[in-house]
Amino acid sequence: MSARDEILGRIHTALADVPADEPPAALLDPVVAAPGDVDRFAERAADYRATVVRADDVAAAVAAACERHDARRLLAPDGLPDWAPEGVELVTDTPAAPLDRDTVAGADGVLTTCALAIAETGTIILDAGPGQGRRALTLLPDLHICVVPADRIVAGVPDAIAELAATRAPITFISGPSATSDIELNRVEGVHGPRRLEIVIAG
Amino acid sequence: MRVALFITCVNDTLFPDTGRATVRVLERLGHEVVFPLEQTCCGQMHANSGYQLEAVPLVRRFARVFGDPSYDAVVCPSGSCAAMVHDQYARLAELSGDEELARAVTAVAPKVHELSQFLVDVLGVEDVGAYFPHKVTYHPTCHSLRLLKVGDAPLRLLRNVRGLRLVELPEATTCCGFGGTFAVKNADTSTAMLTDKLRSVLDTGAEVCAAVDNSCLMHIGGGLSRQRTGVRTVHLAEILAGTE
Amino acid sequence: MSRPFPEAAREALENTQLRHNLRVATHTIRGKRNAVVSEVPDWEALRDQGARIKEAAMRHLDGHLEQLERSVTAAGGTVHWARDADEANATVARLVREAGSREAIKVKSLATDEIGLNEALAREGITAHETDLAELIVQLGHDRQSHILVPAIHRNRAEIRELFRRELPGTEDLTDEPAALAEAARRHLRERFLSVGVGISGANFAVAETGTVCVVESEGNGRMCTTLPRVLITVMGIEKVLPRFADLGVMLQLLPRSSTGERMNPYTSLWTGVTPGDGPEAFHLVLLDAGRTNVLADPIGRQALHCIRCSACLNVCPVYERTGGHAYESTYPGPIGAILTPQLQGLAAAPTLPWASSLCGACYEVCPVKIDIPSVLVHLRGRVVREAKGDGWRARVAGERLAMEAMARVFASRRRYEAAQRAARAGAWPLSRGGKIERRLPGPLAGWTQARDLPVPGASFRDWWRRERA
Repeated sequence: MSARDEILGRIHTALADVPADEPPAALLDPVVAAPGDVDRFAERAADYRATVVRADDVAAAVAAACERHDARRLLAPDGLPDWAPEGVELVTDTPAAPLDRDTVAGADGVLTTCALAIAETGTIILDAGPGQGRRALTLLPDLHICVVPADRIVAGVPDAIAELAATRAPITFISGPSATSDIELNRVEGVHGPRRLEIVIAG
Repeated sequence: MRVALFITCVNDTLFPDTGRATVRVLERLGHEVVFPLEQTCCGQMHANSGYQLEAVPLVRRFARVFGDPSYDAVVCPSGSCAAMVHDQYARLAELSGDEELARAVTAVAPKVHELSQFLVDVLGVEDVGAYFPHKVTYHPTCHSLRLLKVGDAPLRLLRNVRGLRLVELPEATTCCGFGGTFAVKNADTSTAMLTDKLRSVLDTGAEVCAAVDNSCLMHIGGGLSRQRTGVRTVHLAEILAGTE
Repeated sequence: MSRPFPEAAREALENTQLRHNLRVATHTIRGKRNAVVSEVPDWEALRDQGARIKEAAMRHLDGHLEQLERSVTAAGGTVHWARDADEANATVARLVREAGSREAIKVKSLATDEIGLNEALAREGITAHETDLAELIVQLGHDRQSHILVPAIHRNRAEIRELFRRELPGTEDLTDEPAALAEAARRHLRERFLSVGVGISGANFAVAETGTVCVVESEGNGRMCTTLPRVLITVMGIEKVLPRFADLGVMLQLLPRSSTGERMNPYTSLWTGVTPGDGPEAFHLVLLDAGRTNVLADPIGRQALHCIRCSACLNVCPVYERTGGHAYESTYPGPIGAILTPQLQGLAAAPTLPWASSLCGACYEVCPVKIDIPSVLVHLRGRVVREAKGDGWRARVAGERLAMEAMARVFASRRRYEAAQRAARAGAWPLSRGGKIERRLPGPLAGWTQARDLPVPGASFRDWWRRERA
């Protein structure tokens, strides 16, 4: 008997007390994603020690972020609007011509937009869509500049999940720079992943 | 009301003053108190020690003794014993497979009340005309707090006692470490928990530590006494029974 | 069989460093957790939803696992089934070898700790590099985890610095500032992340409906291990399956607030099978039984499988706070460990754990999926008493059973009960002074009298009632 059959058989026997006609999943109220408050998102994201600015001129805000961190060379995924700041080199990663690992790891930072953001928790969500790129791009560099369109901010976690339900792409929730609380419970920024997160809320 | 007193084996044997005080308070409020002598023990020790089947006859006895339809209420000066009835009796009856017992338990359980809940939630009384001129801190016992959810009923009663100065207990909701046989089977851990509870009590500067359970008070009081702290434990009923 | 809990606890209670660290840690996390929970408008309703989701997941586990297998396979992943630890370990070792590698980078996974994966791989000549900071600390210290979430909580910063200095190259001048320690770990691990071709992870959740696997983390090493290697192997207990994608909306609110006391943890990764050009080229999901079907077979005990490993119960437990995790001698300590370990390993392997509790109920209050831990503890006590096996244990239970049966007979008769009261009064009287027994007694009351005075019975309540009122 295969492991699969044996395990499923054990489960079936173990659940002999469960009525056959019982619904297999809990019914939750369906969620229609509600828009989120921009100020709340900004406040909550800043709580994690991300730098958060609101800007109508995205390119200028990106330039300012680069200036703050002395970033001269940014990775950029395919499908990003033209936010290239002056004096900063944008190196584009495309599915047809992906950058090699050393280039990705050696860049000063990465510039992306996002799929969604959650106001309640100050979270940005990437789903590998246009302007977001493959996951390694936002993982290896030490600086991540993320442009969050204000109209992509939803209220809470269930709202974001409702919006994401149809996708099979890889999804990353980012809530602040990387951190650990493993040493005497002090939250310490920056173990792996970008240690600096700059958020530009557009619109 | 015609109230049957469910004294509990611990109070009957070791803390008769708590029983007397309960009778006094209820009679002062104008109720008739009866004491069915056939009562013995609610079975909590057996049930919580893993002897659920051995507890079933005690459940049956309780349902028979207190199921008398002439009783309007069954009042108990013990949070853990009242909780036993509410939290475990139905399941034990189910375990026994005795449907008549299950029915008897369903009939009697709603009538069973811990004392402070009876006074505040059932009778709607918060001032029982008591006098107790001492500085008192109150420890919320785990079963009364989390199973019976007595809330602040005991505090409301204490605040209306004349002459009583109430001080808040730090880290009040932390377990004192009694836990029934836990105090004996895991004596070292129990003692460690007791030490922290004693520290909290002593930090209040109170003369008296009160609660609705003599089992926990026996543990806390036993520690206060052993260490010659000069602080004593008193059951809520005895505070409420005090008059000028 | 593990050491009896009272014995292990006694030793742990004397470790002052541990006691101090635990007190600070648990009180800190409690405060953080309470703050973020109080922000949620209806936390109780959320807990209810979480409990219902998990209950449905367990009650129809076979259907959900079959759907999960279909979804993962359709998305380009491969599903393997493992009846026990040996089978899981052998499967992982084979997959690593087939990937042409002799090492793997690993994200913290309790399931892999439970089955001793690292040790099993080492025996096959495969090195598994832990990448969580705490797991790294534990691994370097040749130690054991003592907490589900913060495994190195029993270590302070000075101890960690010493470990790093000893085991990591280039750390001679390391200070004990947490930021410096984190930086040392970052440098040490970065190279590994960029070069090792196989990643091994656990999973917090896996959605049957879509085949999506979810890893919740803080440091970024999870993202590293699940994104950079060519081959990803995820070992997951079968109880982690969720029926629907929408269920994540509930779970991802409950978990961060209950575990680290944050609105959201830094990184949550969700992936479905394989995505060409983004992440691993091959994804393997190893579904682990290893005793979970035993837990499932107990209608009362099976709620232990609802656990989402948040550790809220550990952080609030007055017993765990004082004894720490090692005293439980299991991957899963604390309140959840006391009900899960005996069911996973068999009651005979951990027969004292169901008694490692005063039944205070603080754990049940904070459990995000409403596992009624106190009720399961009492239920398991009953099972141990009825099913006791093994020589020493049977003898101990036999003695207690006689006493319990005798007490039951006493309580079954008014006459015997009142006689016992009189006997207790007579027996205690010679030992008492001023109404109390103040000295240490031998025998069954030794545990009590070592720290507490004992009241002695005088006239009983019913004596008074009969005299004055009847």
